[in-house]
Amino acid sequence: MASKKFLYVNRKAPHGSIYAQESLEVVLIGAAFEQDVTLAFVDDGVYQLLQNQDTAGIGAKNFAPTFRALGDYDVSQIYVERESLEMRGLSKEDLMPLTYEDEDDDWAEKDSIHVVSSDELADIIEQQDVILNF
Amino acid sequence: MAIEINGKSYDTDEEGYLTNLSDWNDQLANEMAKADGAVLDENHWEVINFLRDYYEEYQIAPAVRVLTKAVGKKLGKDKGTSKYLYELFPYGPAKQACKYAGLPKPTGCV
Repeated sequence: MASKKFLYVNRKAPHGSIYAQESLEVVLIGAAFEQDVTLAFVDDGVYQLLQNQDTAGIGAKNFAPTFRALGDYDVSQIYVERESLEMRGLSKEDLMPLTYEDEDDDWAEKDSIHVVSSDELADIIEQQDVILNF
Repeated sequence: MAIEINGKSYDTDEEGYLTNLSDWNDQLANEMAKADGAVLDENHWEVINFLRDYYEEYQIAPAVRVLTKAVGKKLGKDKGTSKYLYELFPYGPAKQACKYAGLPKPTGCV
C-alpha cells in the first residue's frame, strides 16, 4: 500500500469537547499504519500544545503527555500557526517541547514543532492527499 | 468479566483487560498469564514493567512497532526485535503484554 500524505488540522481547545483527544487517537492509529502524518494547530487548537497542563480541576484525563510520544511514532512534522499564537498572547516558548530522533540523518533529537505563518500553512495544506479537520 | 484472587474480585472488559489501572498488582499479572497457559519469567517482567513506565510517562499503550523500537532503545538491541517479543508474548507483544501490565489495549489494535 502506497502511503498517503495525511494532514490533521486541530482547531479546538484540548478540553470541553472530545475533538482534541479523538484527533490524537486517530493520528496515532494512522501513524501506526505508517502513513505520512502531518499535524497542524490553528485557532484554539494551539492550546493543546501548552506546557504544564493540569486537568485535576476538571476531572478529565490529561492527555497532553501523549503528544510527547509522537516522535516514537515517527510523527515529526508539527506546524503551529503563528497568527493563532499571537492572537492569544502566546509564543513557541509557551508550548511543550516535542522532538523526534532523526533516523535518516544523524539520530540526533530534533525539534518537531515549526511555527509558520498562515500563508506557509496554506502551502502545506496544498501538498496533502487527505485532510482531516478536528 | 472479572478475575478472582483470594476472594477479591477485579473487573475486566470482555477481552480480559483490567478495567481500573490502579487495581493492578504482580499477582494479577501472574493469574492472567496462567489463564493463557503461560508462566512469567524475568524477561516477561522486563517488558511488562517497561510498558507500565511507558504508560505512566505518555498515558498510552504503544503500538507494536513503537514498542519494539522503544524496547530496543531501553533494554538493548537484541531485545528490540519482533522475533524476541513474539517469543515472549505469542498472542502479540503489545496486546498480550499490555493485558498483563493492566493497561488498556494499545491504540490501533483491532
